[in-house]
Amino acid sequence: MEYIIEAENVQKSFGELHAVDGVSFRVKKGESFGLLGPNGAGKTTTIRMIYGFSPMTSGSLKVFGLDVVTDWRRIKSRIGICQQENSLDPDLSVQQNLEVFARYFDIPKKEAQERTRFLLDFISMGHRKGNRVTELSGGLMRRLVIARALINNPELMILDEPTTGLDPQSRHQVWERLEELKSRGLTIVLTTHYMEEAARLCDRLVIVDHGKILVEGKPGELVALYVGREVIEISAPSEELLRWVSSERLDYENLGHRLIIYCKEGDSLFHTISRKFCTGGCDLRLATLEDVFLKLTGRGLRE
Amino acid sequence: MKVWQRNFTVYQRVWKINFLPPLLEPLFYLFAFGAGLGTLVGSIVYRGSAISYIGYIAPALVAINIMYNAFFETTFASFVRMYYQKTFDAMLATPLSIQEIITGEIVWGATKSVIGTSIMLAVISFFGILHYPAVLLIIPLSFVGGVAFGAIGMFFTSVIPSIDSFNLPVFLFITPMFLFSGTFFPLENLPPWVQKAALAFPLTHLVKLTRALGLGYFEWGLLWDTLYLVAFSAVFFPLAIRGMRKRLIK
Repeated sequence: MEYIIEAENVQKSFGELHAVDGVSFRVKKGESFGLLGPNGAGKTTTIRMIYGFSPMTSGSLKVFGLDVVTDWRRIKSRIGICQQENSLDPDLSVQQNLEVFARYFDIPKKEAQERTRFLLDFISMGHRKGNRVTELSGGLMRRLVIARALINNPELMILDEPTTGLDPQSRHQVWERLEELKSRGLTIVLTTHYMEEAARLCDRLVIVDHGKILVEGKPGELVALYVGREVIEISAPSEELLRWVSSERLDYENLGHRLIIYCKEGDSLFHTISRKFCTGGCDLRLATLEDVFLKLTGRGLRE
Repeated sequence: MKVWQRNFTVYQRVWKINFLPPLLEPLFYLFAFGAGLGTLVGSIVYRGSAISYIGYIAPALVAINIMYNAFFETTFASFVRMYYQKTFDAMLATPLSIQEIITGEIVWGATKSVIGTSIMLAVISFFGILHYPAVLLIIPLSFVGGVAFGAIGMFFTSVIPSIDSFNLPVFLFITPMFLFSGTFFPLENLPPWVQKAALAFPLTHLVKLTRALGLGYFEWGLLWDTLYLVAFSAVFFPLAIRGMRKRLIK
C-alpha cells in the first residue's frame, strides 16, 4: 500500500499547551481523509505540520515518503494548500493571482498561462479574470483559492475548513469541485467542523479533540458504531419518561430540556414513547455524523 | 527573486502613482529650502570653499529619499502584506522559504530606493548642481543604502505588535536622522557629543557619500562610510530574518 502521509506520534507544544498530543494516522493514495474536531482541537496545527509551516515538537511525519523536516521544499512543490484565512493577493487581479503564484513554483511562464486559463475555466471564473480580488464575493474567493492551490498540479491537496463562512450555494459549488477532483484520483486531506461536509467528502476520517485522536473510521461505520442507526429526540421530557428510559437501559443523553435516545431500530421504541409519554415534541430521525461528534466531544462550548 | 517579481508586478499596476512622489518631492524640497531658506542662508562653507545652499542639501535629499523608500517599504508596506493581506502565509505554502521571502522584500525595498534615486537625480540635474559622471555612482550606492534601511525596517516589522507602533521607530529613529545627519546643516555646528552620536546613524554616512559623489570629490574616509553601511546591513539583515521566522513560524 502506498501512503501519501504517515504521521507517527506527532506532538506540538506551545509552552505548556499541548496543541497536538501524540497523533498517528496514515493517508492512502487517492483517499479523501478528514480531520474533524471542535475549535482549538488541534486540526489546523496538525495540517500545518504536514506542509512544514509549523515545526513539530516531536514524532515523525512523512509525506510522499519524504521527511517533512529535511525535504520540505520537495514536499511543498507537490502539494496544494488552501489555508483557512483568505490569503489571496488583493494587490493583484484574479488572473495575476494565479500567474504570480505559479512563479513561486518555478512554473515556466507559458505553462503558467495555460494552467491559469484551464483553472479559471474549471472554477467557472474565466469571465472574471481581470477583476480585482477585493471585488469578489466570499464564495468566488474560495473557488479562486482552490484554483490557486491546484496551480502546481499537486498530488495531494490540503484544505483547512474549505467552506467555513460560505452560503449554501457557494458551499455546494465548492463541494462539487472537490468531488470532481476526488474522482480524478487526487488525494485530499481536509479539516472541517461541518459534519455534512465530512460525511459527503471523506472516505475516512478522524475526530480529534484536545490534541488527541478519539476515533478513526469511515463516516457510515462511525455512525453505526457509536450511535446506531436512528435517534429519537424529545423536547421537554417528563420525569416519568426519564425514569422509564433509565430503567430500560437505553443508550441516551439527558440535556435537561432535551432527551436524546440512540437506537438501532427506532420504530417500535418511538411508538411506545410517543404513545405513553409524549404529547408532542418527539421526533424520530436517522443518526448522523453530528451525533457521533457531539457524543464524543461533548456539548460544552469551546474557547 | 520571485517575491521581488510579485512586488514588481504590483508596482507596474500602480506605477503612475508610484512615479509621482520621487518626481515631486525633490521639487518641493528644493523649492522650499533652495528658494525659500536658501536666500536667507546664502552660501555655505563646505570643505573650505563656499557652495550654494541648494547645492549643499540636494545630495542630502537624495540620501533621505533612499532611506524613506526602503524603510517605508519594509515597514508599513511589508507589515500590511504580512499582517492584513496574509501574503507571506500564502507564500509559505509554496516551495519558498522564509529567508527567500524576507530577502525578496528587503531587496525590493532597495529596488524602490534605486528607482526613486534615478528619477530624483534626473530631476535635480536640471538645476545644474550635480557633478557628472561621479554622481552616477549614487545609483549603485542607493542600492547599498536601500538594503541597510530595508533591513532595519524589516527588523522593526518583525517585532512590532501593531501597525500604529511604527510611530515609535519613525519618531525615535527616522526623524532624528532626518534632522541630525548633516542633512540640512553641517554636523560641526552641533555640540561634540551630538556629532559623535550622529556617527552611529547610517544616514550620516549615506549623506557623506551622496554629497561627495554629488559634488564630485573623493577622500579615503568615504570607504569607511561605505563599509559602515555594509556592516549595518550585515547585522540587521540576519536579525530581520530571525525576527520574521519567530513571528511567522509557529
